[in-house]
Amino acid sequence: MTNSAESARNLPAPPTAHPHGPGGLHARLVVDRPGFRLDVTLAAAPGEVLALLGPNGAGKTTALRALAGLTPLTDGHLRLDGASLEHTPPESRPVGVVFQDYLLFPHLSALDNVAFGPRCRGAGKAEARALAAAWLERMGLAPQADTKPRRLSGGQAQRVALARALATRPRLLLLDEPLAALDARTRLEVRARLRRHLAEFEAVSVLVTHDPLDAMVLADRLVVVERGRVVQEGTPADIARRPRTDYIARLVGLNLYRGLAAGHTVRLDDGPAITTTEELSGPVFVAFPPSAVTLFRNRPAGASARNLWRCEVAGLQTHGDQIRADLTGELPLAADLTTLAAAELDLRPGAPVWATVKATQTHAYPA
Amino acid sequence: MTPPDAPGAAAGPRTDRPRRLRTGTGGRRGVPLPLLLPGVLALAFLLLPLLALLVRAPWRSLPGQLTGPEVWQALQLSLVSATAATAVSVVLGVPLAWLLARTRFPGRGFVRALVTLPLVLPPVVGGVALLLALGRNGVIGRWLDSWFGITLPFTTAGVVVAEAFVAMPFLVISVEGTLRAADPRYEEAAATLGASRFTAFRRVTLPLIAPGIAAGAVLAWARALGEFGATITFAGNFPGRTQTMPLAVYLALQNDPEAAVSLSLVLLAVSITVLAGLRDRWMTPS
Repeated sequence: MTNSAESARNLPAPPTAHPHGPGGLHARLVVDRPGFRLDVTLAAAPGEVLALLGPNGAGKTTALRALAGLTPLTDGHLRLDGASLEHTPPESRPVGVVFQDYLLFPHLSALDNVAFGPRCRGAGKAEARALAAAWLERMGLAPQADTKPRRLSGGQAQRVALARALATRPRLLLLDEPLAALDARTRLEVRARLRRHLAEFEAVSVLVTHDPLDAMVLADRLVVVERGRVVQEGTPADIARRPRTDYIARLVGLNLYRGLAAGHTVRLDDGPAITTTEELSGPVFVAFPPSAVTLFRNRPAGASARNLWRCEVAGLQTHGDQIRADLTGELPLAADLTTLAAAELDLRPGAPVWATVKATQTHAYPA
Repeated sequence: MTPPDAPGAAAGPRTDRPRRLRTGTGGRRGVPLPLLLPGVLALAFLLLPLLALLVRAPWRSLPGQLTGPEVWQALQLSLVSATAATAVSVVLGVPLAWLLARTRFPGRGFVRALVTLPLVLPPVVGGVALLLALGRNGVIGRWLDSWFGITLPFTTAGVVVAEAFVAMPFLVISVEGTLRAADPRYEEAAATLGASRFTAFRRVTLPLIAPGIAAGAVLAWARALGEFGATITFAGNFPGRTQTMPLAVYLALQNDPEAAVSLSLVLLAVSITVLAGLRDRWMTPS
């Protein structure tokens, strides 16, 4: 088994000693549906927070349901702390789930919602309620203990859902779009709070999100899923720096191209060449941020011909306090410029422009 | 004459939906005569007999009529047996509704159709069928008799059986509809918290569908209370044992019409009480 190597590597990190040994999560989830196949491999050490990031319909929620046992696996395996779970029914898995819309039982108070799990797992009524009260206290929700879910705010309901999932002491915590149901203002506060709770949680957490910011703030490692497959995984910084698909590039706000490198020049698969500082050979990605692009209405005099492209404005939109210009032409790209610059250049859809990027602002890496 | 193709015009003012007000020719004002006339006639047809009951009621002798021991006996038997039949319907019908709504098995659609059959079956036929099944020489009744010494026909228990047979489908259909409308993901949430399917049903689903069960139980109870055909066929008409209010009314009509009217008034009062109880559920515009 690779477990021993994994354990040896992970032992010093989390200070928790669990009776089953620090195994964490090792899973290959295969779920066949008509017209769709999910096939992802996931691994996470205890204490690690994994984010499944991907567009809608990529299979993230299916993966989460498979981990919880709510959707049966067609194939693959699921090991948690060394124990095989693929044939274990959901009620017997040491797994806690925070559902997207929380699914708090509407007829039970916050306290009884949290006490539900411990009760089902064999605790006495008084014991379960005491445990639930402690969890609510920890979540800062002691005053809401007797409140019914419909009277809780979105942020409070989210915390009750988290407390309910944690109260069974799961070895795997699953969160489905944990912040999606919240408005922008609550989101910020809840995200910070959730991050703290996840950091305290000693077992594996897997969260599903389509929001790159949530993923990057909350997770130690991202697994990007597209069309049922893992297309990239790594630390948030790594993924933000070196996206490998257009979807991720768009999420992290980079222009991304694929081509063949020869020295400092990358010949794009279907376009011009880009000069880079890295010296590589073979298939590579080239990425640069929209803010690295400079636009000119006329061909800049005296500029070298390198990384200079003739483009046309396809669309304009405000992007924070900037203007984001989508360009087509020799090289399709996104460029950010100030409102003032946009006005001076008299940019409007259809306007021809010259776009240039310094080689030092690009980043090339092997594909 | 207003063209007869204007059902929307008539529906408009009643349902008060702006979408419909624009259809038809008359808009808000015109109510076409071909619809108004039969409609009012139908209303009169439904209400006049009840009015007649009130008009011709022997109000003066009513207290004396209703304090007679036979009346109380019949009323008591009616209430007890209808309540028992409702209890049987709930205890057996809710699980059946759950099976129909939450599990998949071959022939489920067919089973569902069978459950609704007693709804459309003439109750007398139901009574005959019960006799053939549970009668002393019936398919099952024979064994009940020889093994346990239980005979159901012509007993109070038989009344309950007959009423439950007729009333249970109302409850099953009502509860199944509520279950289908309830979000099954609450049961999934319960499962992830360690609840077995039965625990999830008992502690999550049941409280969530309680209003649907209550409504179904009231429907079943009302149906059981008025049950006549299956009861008289299967359980007979023995005062104090199997003679429920509807049977008493029918019998009284032969000998003492005034008493029949008094008994009918009692049943009418009970029905109106039930209707008032259901007001919040079915009589408020949705």
